[in-house]
Amino acid sequence: MTDIANPAPEIAAGEWAAGRSLWAVALMRLRRNRAAMASLVVLIFMALAGIFGPSVAPHDYSEVYPEFVKVPPSFAPYPQEDQIVPAAEAALARARVDIAGIEVGDGQVEIDVTSERREIDPRIARYLDRSDVFSGTEMVTVADDGLSATMRADVAQLYFIAGTDANGRDLLSRILISLRISLMIGALATGVALMIGVLYGATAGFAGGRLDNVMMRVVDILYSLPFVFFVILLVVFFGRNVVLMFIAVGAVEWLDMARIVRGQTLSLRRREFVQAAESLGVRSRDIVRRHIIPNTLGTVIIYMTLMIPKVILLESFLSFLGLGVQEPLTSLGVLIAEGAKNMRNAPFMLFWPAATMTILLFALNFLGDGLRDALDPKDR
Amino acid sequence: MLSYALRRLFGAIPTIFIIITAAFFMMRIAPGGPFDQERTLEATVMENLNATFGLDLPLWQQYGMYLGNLFRGDMGPSFIYRDMRVQEILGEGLPVSVQLGLTALILALVVGAALGTLAALRQNSSTDYTVIAVATFGITVPNFVVAPVLSLVFAVMLNWLPAQGWGEARQMVLPVIALALPQVAIIARLVRGAMIEALRSDHVRTARAYGLPARMVVLKHALRAAILPAVSYLGPAAAALLTGSIVVEQVFNLPGIGRYFVQGALNRDYTLVMGTVVIVAVFVVVFNLIVDLLYALLDPRVRYD
Amino acid sequence: MTRDLLTATALALVLGATSTAAQTYMRGNDANPETLDQHKTSTVAEANILRDLYEGLVVYDRNAEVIPGVAESWEVSEDGTTYTFTLRETARWSNGDPVTADDFVFSFRRIMMPETGAKYANILYPIANAEAINKGEMDPEEMGVRAIDEKTLEITLSQPTPYFLELLTHQTGLPVHPASVEEHGAEFVRPGNMVSNGAFTLEENILNDRIVLAKNENFHDAENVSLARVNYLPFEDLSTCVRAWEAGEVHSCSDLPAEDIERLQAEHGEAVRVAPYLGTYYYALNHNDEVLGDPRVRQALSMVIDREFLASEIFEGTMVPAQSFVPPGIGNYGGSPDVDYFDASMLDREDQAIALMEEAGYGPDNPVTLELAYNTSENNKNVATAIADMWSILGVDLEYTVRDASAHYSHLRDKGDFDVARAGWIGDYSDPQNFLFMVESDNDGFNYANYDNAEYDALMDEAAAAADLEARAEILQQAEAMFMEDLPFIPLLYYSSRSLVSSDLQGWEDNIQNVHPSRFLSLAGS
Repeated sequence: MTDIANPAPEIAAGEWAAGRSLWAVALMRLRRNRAAMASLVVLIFMALAGIFGPSVAPHDYSEVYPEFVKVPPSFAPYPQEDQIVPAAEAALARARVDIAGIEVGDGQVEIDVTSERREIDPRIARYLDRSDVFSGTEMVTVADDGLSATMRADVAQLYFIAGTDANGRDLLSRILISLRISLMIGALATGVALMIGVLYGATAGFAGGRLDNVMMRVVDILYSLPFVFFVILLVVFFGRNVVLMFIAVGAVEWLDMARIVRGQTLSLRRREFVQAAESLGVRSRDIVRRHIIPNTLGTVIIYMTLMIPKVILLESFLSFLGLGVQEPLTSLGVLIAEGAKNMRNAPFMLFWPAATMTILLFALNFLGDGLRDALDPKDR
Repeated sequence: MLSYALRRLFGAIPTIFIIITAAFFMMRIAPGGPFDQERTLEATVMENLNATFGLDLPLWQQYGMYLGNLFRGDMGPSFIYRDMRVQEILGEGLPVSVQLGLTALILALVVGAALGTLAALRQNSSTDYTVIAVATFGITVPNFVVAPVLSLVFAVMLNWLPAQGWGEARQMVLPVIALALPQVAIIARLVRGAMIEALRSDHVRTARAYGLPARMVVLKHALRAAILPAVSYLGPAAAALLTGSIVVEQVFNLPGIGRYFVQGALNRDYTLVMGTVVIVAVFVVVFNLIVDLLYALLDPRVRYD
Repeated sequence: MTRDLLTATALALVLGATSTAAQTYMRGNDANPETLDQHKTSTVAEANILRDLYEGLVVYDRNAEVIPGVAESWEVSEDGTTYTFTLRETARWSNGDPVTADDFVFSFRRIMMPETGAKYANILYPIANAEAINKGEMDPEEMGVRAIDEKTLEITLSQPTPYFLELLTHQTGLPVHPASVEEHGAEFVRPGNMVSNGAFTLEENILNDRIVLAKNENFHDAENVSLARVNYLPFEDLSTCVRAWEAGEVHSCSDLPAEDIERLQAEHGEAVRVAPYLGTYYYALNHNDEVLGDPRVRQALSMVIDREFLASEIFEGTMVPAQSFVPPGIGNYGGSPDVDYFDASMLDREDQAIALMEEAGYGPDNPVTLELAYNTSENNKNVATAIADMWSILGVDLEYTVRDASAHYSHLRDKGDFDVARAGWIGDYSDPQNFLFMVESDNDGFNYANYDNAEYDALMDEAAAAADLEARAEILQQAEAMFMEDLPFIPLLYYSSRSLVSSDLQGWEDNIQNVHPSRFLSLAGS
């Protein structure tokens, strides 16, 4: 963008005098905005968490722990002290033995079992190993008559610091993968919408007259189409994948952008500097590119920071209808929708995804504001 | 301006016609039909139903019949609500949605503009930050979380307001808040941004330089310009708001028409979906027109002649 | 309208403190009825309302047992094909007209006429010539329904049908008032037009808001009807009904969100009613598929599913682990045949299943990919995730295809491509035939599995012709044993009905059909 050579008074005069480009100044201003910089750091952190988090998280995002369904968040490892004994009893419930005593300590458990008639089958060790809680079970001693024995097993130390979901999957790992998916959807869909919308709106607004009319008519038509059907059709014909969702969402969301940019362009067109450029014989294309679009950027960026959350929410609405991200993948919207259903019995299922989303969107908004202030050409 | 408005409305007729046609055929390409449900129907029964609703006719003939009926003001029988015609269903639900949406819209506009102006006037103060924070929060929390939480707190725990239903003013409070909240947030942000810009613009500076009282400058000159982006945003938003919200209607059990968009689509209630499409199309056309006219009114540089 | 609701809500809030006139039962219903025309109906929400508005020849009592309705007595011929009903003298329509045998003849003919477009016409197909009339091959006059005199009705069946009385309790067997239908056409269902013969009449019907019923003073048992009004409120979102109930705005909810059950039980105890229900949640296996064509694979897949986990963790105890396709507690059946592996421990079942898969040539070293189709829902998703995990030890990779309900079921019905498909079946009447007939080879609509076993079909035919109930039950048991051997469907869970019932509401008995006619209910404080 350093090729903005036209010394239009609104844009560049001051900056050029100082020999700096508009964008360099903007960057400098942005650096001075602490909230925006903090947001930028948060966003980078979240993006990194989304990209690398799922591979470094202690659990795989799709691993099911049937024994830990909807357990609340805790910094202490699962199974917690008071769960070990019931877990052992449950695991051995089908082994047809009586439990004489259980001792817990040192990440290990010792269980004395007895049987009234049948000899104890050493295979029952596997009942314990089958459980997520115990591993490496061995029969320490077996009485000569085979009617009593002692088993020793290692007790697992599983950390679920954000709790687990309805299938017993680690919520933290799921939030990390959902960050990746949601950020991808948000960024790509917004990017698509931005490009189409700005170009379309600026062109329509600037051209005016018949072309404007026709173009806005097309927007009207697209607005009024049944969105749900549109998406159902896309999903049915092109299969179900995340890339398709970007296209679907972006293809819908550019409409707002186009309208807003057009509205701005309508006023800009009447401004002196545009009329001056026109009378100087600058080509329409260049006027749109150099004067109109840069001057709408402030509003566009604010709107963009509003649009990413909208896209993320829209995506969750789609997922809610079953047209979105597929299991075992997930997105923030899906997690929040699941959490909302469980808000009264497992509030943490709502809290953590919602908190993540709130922080993410706060950061996006503050960054947007910072960018707006930084880019504002009139603020000298 | 009047002739411009009439021209626009008149010109919208082909738009609506294209929408109807596109929606009609798109919908029919989707797999599944109105009588495919968990309980599969007997083959004979299915044939009878298809014959009753004319689904056994060629598609173009069904299309012709639909247009013919629509022209006579009949939107056809609903495939799901079998005792009713689509115009009756929408006729019952639309007033509810409009009443709800309009209230929310006005509330959102007033509160949003006030908050946005307040924040802009005290840019970078703690007031500003609080407003931004609250506004941002309003956008970040999805409707399907806000609505049940409101209901839980004010209906179940405090027992101040009803949890569901329609008919009394009291029953409107929670749904209106739930509907308006995200809009307040968006409008406040838009107004704040534009207001900051407007306060720095030449004519506001000039007005100030002339010594006009600050309050008057803000209200008369700056707000007028600052409201523009919000107005631009409100066109489509109002159309969406007045035609109902699926989440809010579901959570508060309201008889509006928002539910029919998704429900109708999922049930393949072809005529009902067509009906909602027609209504949305009309609303969008009208609100876009209103926005453009408002633009001309608020921004002296835009003229339609 | 505003004032009505205000009154109703106010009444609901101060319930118990006011006089008998305030006996308005605020009743949460599943959804808004699609129609109030008993001949077009198909949903449970409609059944609840229609059961209050109309009375059939026989009706369910509060325990879902068949008791006399309009018919005070009946006789069945020796061969079980002719039913002669004697209608009670006191049976009247809400406008005072007597209910006659001709009204029933009119009604039974109307539902079979193709132009009515009745969704559930097939419920009454056992009546002689009914199916042919519905197909348009015969005139309605040829139906096996005849008025002998004003108060005697004779119904002839095409073959003995031991569950026929049960069928008549279905809402399709309810009579319409012929004069109103003739006068108003399809609009006879509107308030003001509707003439009904049940305990209540239709007073107001506001789509997706409420349906108000008022006590019918012409009802023959009106003196024992305690409620003055019933307001049916449709709740699409189950948690909304729960909140409304907790806020004291409704007396009962007809369904509850599974994920919230434990909290509700902890907080409201007795008010939470979970009862066995006549339905099965299952996965259909496509027998035309190369892998699933192998019976060993099918057995292995069924064996390794821990149904206890699904029932207790995913449905929080509101579904019951299924060990057969026909749910327990069904009528005319001695109970489903046992399947060995359900007695074995999960561990042994897993070993056995792995061995079977190896025999068939599959395992973790030679994995197979199966496609599971299900319709969108939170619970379906959770079940699918859990089963994918259980099947993973067999070397089965499960891929999901999720569609909305309409697309999903049309896909199944049109024999679309799938390996495994989720479906559910709620019995229309309490008889095992209503479950086992689904996989007869000529049942195009329901046999999603493309199951084709001539022996099975033969057994089903044999059962249909049997007049002796015990012999018939035995044949059906053989058929079900064959079903569990061949596994066209893997039964996973039996449904339960879940309701939330205020302690003010009296006379509500849990039952397998989940029917609770308002005429048997009353509110405390009268």
